Amino acid sequence: MASLDLHGLAVLFSFGKMRRAVALGFKTLWLHRLRSFLTMLGIVFGVCSVIAMLAVGEGAGHEAQEQIRRLGSQNIILRSVKPTEGQRLSSEQSRVLEYGLTYNDMRRIESTLPNVKVLAPGRIIRNHVFYTTRRVDAEIVGVVPWYAGIRNLRLKSGRFFSALELEGHVNVCVISENVAARLFPFLSPLRRNVRVGSDYYKVVGVVEPELGVGQAATSAGASNGSGYAPRIYIPLTAAKSRFGETLMRRSAGTFEAERVQLHEAIVQVARVDDVEETAMIVDRILARERRQKDYEMTVPLELLRQAERTKQIFNTVLGAIAAISLLVGGIGIMNIMLASVTERTREIGIRRALGAKRRDIILQFLIETVILSGTGGVIGVIIGVAIPIVISHVANMTTIVTPWAPMLAFSISALIGIVFGIYPALRAANMDPVEALRHE
Amino acid sequence: MSDTPIVALRRVTKTYRMGDSVFDALHEVDFEVHHGEYVAIMGPSGCGKSTLLNVLGCLDKPTVGHYLLGGKDVSSFDDDALSEIRGAQLGFIFQSYNLIQQLTVLENIEVPLYYQGIGAGAGRRKAKELAERVGLGNRLHHKPSELSGGQQQRVGIARALVNEPLVLLADEPTGNLDSSSGAEILELFDELRRQQKTIIMVTHDPDIGERAGRIIRLRDGKIEEDVRNGLS
Ligand SMILES: Nc1ncnc2c1ncn2[C@@H]1O[C@H](COP(=O)(O)OP(=O)(O)OP(=O)(O)O)[C@@H](O)[C@H]1O
Ligand SMILES: [Mg+2]
Repeated sequence: MASLDLHGLAVLFSFGKMRRAVALGFKTLWLHRLRSFLTMLGIVFGVCSVIAMLAVGEGAGHEAQEQIRRLGSQNIILRSVKPTEGQRLSSEQSRVLEYGLTYNDMRRIESTLPNVKVLAPGRIIRNHVFYTTRRVDAEIVGVVPWYAGIRNLRLKSGRFFSALELEGHVNVCVISENVAARLFPFLSPLRRNVRVGSDYYKVVGVVEPELGVGQAATSAGASNGSGYAPRIYIPLTAAKSRFGETLMRRSAGTFEAERVQLHEAIVQVARVDDVEETAMIVDRILARERRQKDYEMTVPLELLRQAERTKQIFNTVLGAIAAISLLVGGIGIMNIMLASVTERTREIGIRRALGAKRRDIILQFLIETVILSGTGGVIGVIIGVAIPIVISHVANMTTIVTPWAPMLAFSISALIGIVFGIYPALRAANMDPVEALRHE
Repeated sequence: MSDTPIVALRRVTKTYRMGDSVFDALHEVDFEVHHGEYVAIMGPSGCGKSTLLNVLGCLDKPTVGHYLLGGKDVSSFDDDALSEIRGAQLGFIFQSYNLIQQLTVLENIEVPLYYQGIGAGAGRRKAKELAERVGLGNRLHHKPSELSGGQQQRVGIARALVNEPLVLLADEPTGNLDSSSGAEILELFDELRRQQKTIIMVTHDPDIGERAGRIIRLRDGKIEEDVRNGLS
């Protein structure tokens, strides 16, 4: 019982003592403000760069993931690509170039894989789109009505075209926002007719621009809109009857004709878990029938995983940089504290003669280092949280400060204060009082 | 004179080892000091006066022999226990004052109380009372660098008294002072002696020896003579 009382008393004492020790620490550091401030800088820079970099990385990663997610995690996206010159067979050189995905390919995929839907086979034609005298160079995409749902297209106004319009080969279209902005800067585009070649299409809806498949794969931070192609969507049937199967293209002074049945197709898998395996099978089905690679496959789920992995690597690298900069800050603090201990040898001797125990001396110096690193940490957190705000305003980038980042950075800086403060504090405490008193 | 001596050295030897050779800075020193005594320790330079005072002040341990402070044998105490004793039962006065430069007069006087865990309020009151007693009531918030040597040594004396020690240990307290401020400090010691404080003072000055009731002369680490001049 008595020992319990004593213990309680000791805690009380040490609390009062602690408060005064902290006050003394602040006072001593304030006496050498410039030195203290310069010592803190290492920690300030370390902490604020960690937080700012993490916020930028988190923001960029978040945006990339959002874009990929909109491609649909259950989808496998197939696209026709023109084979490179070397891959083409020489006999075909002068004639009409035939390549790409075919309706036959799609049939084979559907019959081989029962739990898979091949959807929205699309044709993409590059052409000019006119409204009166205004002109946009756009991709004309022939699609089925449910394309919008699969690709998570977001309607801004109007509607997507209907199954009836698909069946009737009707000349209607849905345009992406960036097309609308250029063709109709002052008017509402709905129910107006745009011209492609010699045909007119009535605008029934406007959608948010869609990220090209290739773009999502390559650029994690394409946030300024440059990755979004201007597109106009028309019923697939209309596309076939207006444009036919063969496309003429003038290149380098000669005509080149090419025939592509399907520019794009989406294979939708019932279960997300099966996506990767299905993708492998689809690839095998397509490759079996070909001598040349004339398609590309994009699996958004894989991209998502990849983006997550990239972010993880990014965070690890950042963590290492942060650790190094905090280490450097810590070493700076230790260096100054060692100098301070030597400079204050006499004071240490005096305090020991007047009753200070070793642990009192340890506490005194440890408190000083923790104040230095802790204050540096606080300043670093404040600057580190402010920088991303400035970045997102000035550079128009998404930045995300997750709450754990400042907390982690601050605790690490405080920990560094303790770790790098222990050695100087022990040196101070282990001085022989007589020697210390004799020190000049 | 009370029966248990405040300070009792029993054949204390302090040996320093320098390379191969050993050297006794103190050799079988044996004496007692009782309550209210004013002892001057004298002797030529290097005879071991400061070494003796360090042992008495629990800053150093005897290599051989025993040291009894207030009846307790402290020769075997560990570092923490010795620190405790220095803070609670001993008062140091140094030749070079040894004030902490960044602290004010009041704060310097308070230091020993702080390490004993005495609360800030009580400590402050006690420190102020002592500052007034040594005539520094109007200098409480000055830094040591703003004081004369004599004033600094008064702060040193106030600091040594603040914990009401068993014995005051002074190593040439007037060594750095001119004769007039040295004389004022010695007045203070005389006054303390009238208040029955126990004082052990190292000095080179024969006049101070005259003021003290007892002179212990050291030579080569041994007590050469131990005389009382009959005043105590
Ligand atoms: N740490 C040490 N290591 C080795 N020798 C020491 C040490 N401290 C003191 N000595 C020696 O012990 C002897 C006594 O030293 P001390 O400081 O006690 O002399 P003193 O009587 O106080 O002299 P002074 O009057 O000059 O102050 C000296 O010869 C000194 O060289
Ligand atoms: Mg000496």
